[in-house]
Amino acid sequence: MRRLWRWLIPLAALPVLALLAYGFRVNPRDIPSPLIGRPAPAFGLATFEGAPLSLAAHRGKVVVLNFWASWCQPACYEEAPILERNWREYRDRGVVVVGVDIQDRREPAEKFVREFGLTFPNAQDLTGAVSVDYGVYGVPETFFLDRQGRTRFKHVGAVTDAVFRANVDRLLAEPGSP
Amino acid sequence: MSRLGLRLLTSLFFLSAAVSPVTAQPAAPVSEETVHEVAAQLRCVVCQNLSVADSPSEMASQMRAIIRDRLAAGERPAAVRQYFVDRYGEWILLSPPRRGFNLLVWLFPLAAVVVGLATVTLLVRRWTRRRDVRPPPVDVDPAMSERIRRELESGS
Repeated sequence: MRRLWRWLIPLAALPVLALLAYGFRVNPRDIPSPLIGRPAPAFGLATFEGAPLSLAAHRGKVVVLNFWASWCQPACYEEAPILERNWREYRDRGVVVVGVDIQDRREPAEKFVREFGLTFPNAQDLTGAVSVDYGVYGVPETFFLDRQGRTRFKHVGAVTDAVFRANVDRLLAEPGSP
Repeated sequence: MSRLGLRLLTSLFFLSAAVSPVTAQPAAPVSEETVHEVAAQLRCVVCQNLSVADSPSEMASQMRAIIRDRLAAGERPAAVRQYFVDRYGEWILLSPPRRGFNLLVWLFPLAAVVVGLATVTLLVRRWTRRRDVRPPPVDVDPAMSERIRRELESGS
């Protein structure tokens, strides 16, 4: 009986240790988005030039939806030229890059667009409605939408050439009926 | 008119201007208490362990505005809460729902308290029992005790 007790205490600690080990290995910032596989929330914004920007206008295309901010150093500054370069490379193949500037002021945001010579449509989400609709919790975050308008992949952090190509190529390879 | 009243009026004006295009129907008066009640259940996404109600961040204030708009449009507080859960997952809730794996979070502290109390009672019982046990009286030879007594007296 006494022997059993002596073993029981360290044994009881085991599941606690296992739980802690699991908890410390998981990145608390790495939260799976419930939006994956579901229709991407629609939105209607105005670009910095004043042109209407909506998701509906790009139905049938692969959409790379990028959330950024001018104060987001350095990740947004790293990915901006990559997004621009890939947009130019892919735009004729039914791919559109859409930038949504969140929690920002207009002047620094416009400066950001000018500095990187961004030619893909960029709009400000002044009320935060679009960022909350997409469950955005930081910048940069990028969503890859398929031709059917569903959210398929989410990338947290700066987009690299490899991430852009891998996701877009995969979506382009899918048989897509617009 | 007091300055505060004026400021309140102007902010009300801007608020109604901001809300009206979103909600076509006449906006029901939304009590700030209800907004706070919903916001207090939601995690501020850009903070560490702060609710949307308590955070001064811009993101949280935008979220409070969204809560206000949705309530004004006639949505129930539970539906507004669900709107956020559908986008951010259960992670957005400051207190996880009491089911499934989450139950562990609720039951574990209780279990720990029960085990702790049991251990303490067990130990306390053992200690108090030990105090009750007195060493058995030793049979000393009367001649020997007489000798000890004498030696003690002569030694002092």
